Amino acid sequence: MAENVIEVKEVEKTYYRDRMPIPVLRGLSLAVPEGDFVALMGPSGSGKTTLLNLIAGIDRPDKGRIIVAGTDLGTLPEGQLAKWRSRHIGFVFQFYNLLPVLTASGNVELPLLLTKLSKKERRDHVRAALELVGLGDRMSHSPRQLSGGQEQRVAIARALVTDPTVIVADEPTGDLDKQSATEILDLLGRLNKEFHKTVVMVTHDPRAAERARVVHHLDKGELD
Amino acid sequence: MGLLLSYSLRNLAARRMTAAFTVIGMGLVVFVFAAVLMLAHGLERTLVSTGSSDNIIVTREAATSETVSILGRDQAGVVKTEPEIAVGPDAKALTASEIVVLISASKRSNGDAANVVIRGTGPEAFTLRQDIKLKAGRMFAPGTSEVVAGRSVAKNFEGCGLGENVRFAGRVWNVVGVFDAGGSGFDSELWGDAEQVQQAFRRPIFSSVTARLRDPGSFDAMKRRLEADPRLTVEVEREREYYEKQSRATASFIRVIGLAVTILFSMGAMIGAMITMYAAVASRTTEIATLRALGFTRFTVLRVFLAEAFLLGTLGGVLGLVAASFLSLVSVSTTNWDTFSELAFSFSVSPGIIIGSLIFAVLMGVIGGFLPAVRAARADIVNSLRKA
Ligand SMILES: Nc1ncnc2c1ncn2[C@@H]1O[C@H](COP(=O)(O)OP(=O)(O)OP(=O)(O)O)[C@@H](O)[C@H]1O
Ligand SMILES: [Mg+2]
Repeated sequence: MAENVIEVKEVEKTYYRDRMPIPVLRGLSLAVPEGDFVALMGPSGSGKTTLLNLIAGIDRPDKGRIIVAGTDLGTLPEGQLAKWRSRHIGFVFQFYNLLPVLTASGNVELPLLLTKLSKKERRDHVRAALELVGLGDRMSHSPRQLSGGQEQRVAIARALVTDPTVIVADEPTGDLDKQSATEILDLLGRLNKEFHKTVVMVTHDPRAAERARVVHHLDKGELD
Repeated sequence: MGLLLSYSLRNLAARRMTAAFTVIGMGLVVFVFAAVLMLAHGLERTLVSTGSSDNIIVTREAATSETVSILGRDQAGVVKTEPEIAVGPDAKALTASEIVVLISASKRSNGDAANVVIRGTGPEAFTLRQDIKLKAGRMFAPGTSEVVAGRSVAKNFEGCGLGENVRFAGRVWNVVGVFDAGGSGFDSELWGDAEQVQQAFRRPIFSSVTARLRDPGSFDAMKRRLEADPRLTVEVEREREYYEKQSRATASFIRVIGLAVTILFSMGAMIGAMITMYAAVASRTTEIATLRALGFTRFTVLRVFLAEAFLLGTLGGVLGLVAASFLSLVSVSTTNWDTFSELAFSFSVSPGIIIGSLIFAVLMGVIGGFLPAVRAARADIVNSLRKA
């Protein structure tokens, strides 16, 4: 088996609400080999999003280590962590999170601003990414002119345009009708198979989970 | 980063109503700010352009203005024969002994009384001041109760127009000509025959002697000699500097009061900008968190929102300046606080005022937008994403 691209070791995470501790993850460990497609399932509040955020480097654990793409995230100060994310993580959100005032291509170009690519190279990358998700003819549309499924495809283009190591998707089909959901899952499947991207996807939908190679069930902050 | 700038611009366009109100608010403040500076600048320009740099003016020592200066005929006589003074084409020394008195006249606009300077002089008044041209009628005849009026006086005061009569010092004076002094302070004066003015006011004295120098470089030596002369109690200044000094008190008064008021107003505009920017930040929590997740730093987020505030300020500044530029067409009059006479002048703009107003506008925007931008930059990614 390939090397682990994600290693979560003995991670603990507790939130506080009105000074009441809410333990979310209690000593959780997880390893994801490179090129894997992992689905995280579990009841609401079980800590799926929390785990995904930790892997994506937008949150930090109270205890334990998280090593992604060879970097121990705990060692990076905030600024470098941001830079690391721009290099290694592609995000797909449940509600797409496109910037409404920018066009599809503007949205996809955003993460490329953090690279050293020239303007022309950026434009070529954006076109390629949008063509890959089947929206080559919608470059200058604004998110409002797109359907939910199309918006999510733009979001996937934005996630893959920087050629990240890992794609994290939090309920990427949670807001979509069946057919759009299928399209999105097909796309994620292609990214995994054709482009060998490691995909970690949180989902409530068993049909979505079927697409993954492994399904992890999370309950009360522990993997089964 | 053109894309982020266009992101800021488009967000302003997306909230165009709120943005427009903020811009109008800031525009108003910038308008007042620029107007005050243009007023002070206009006043200074008027008085600075009053007088020529080749001319000297001799007044009584420590007299703050010509209206309170007294020179006996003998003193005036001494000054007139100084060797440094240039000689005109008619072989006479280029010098004018003048008496300056304030009279009260009624304004055409509302009948209110205001002070007007009457200058008793001679034909040399025009030879000495080449920029001043008679534009209608003729010169007053010596030995008569005739006067010529500066164009502002002719326009603004009853009885001072061409062919009209004005009463003062117990006499009726005929206005036989109107002269144009190019917007300088002389435009706000009436000129008549020196001897007639002395007689009418029963003041057989002069206020000042103005003279053209053969060589402007001889000024310092001449000043030193005349001021040290035991027969004289005089002060010698270049004519231009003399009038320039007179604008200072009024111009600084306008500036101090005006700027104090605008700075007060600007608080309002800054709070407006702040509210607009807080609203922008609040409505874009998820967007901000998304940008951060993609790898943009807090600093970039801060910059994006400051850029938006900067744009608001710039737009307000441009709007205010465009509105203020129309003021250049407006002529106003005020009491010259050094002579207590009415002085007409125009709002006048300068590159410095334009730059200053823009900086002021941008500062308002950026100061108002700073705290909201900091809030945007400090927002926690995970919490903000959860709110979606
Ligand atoms: N910032 C926070 N402050 C307080 N409690 C939090 C915070 N973030 C998460 N929690 C709590 O932590 C627990 C786990 O949250 P998390 O979002 O990871 O669950 P989830 O498995 O993704 O649930 P869902 O399926 O509903 O998305 C929940 O009980 C949640 O209320
Ligand atoms: Mg969740």
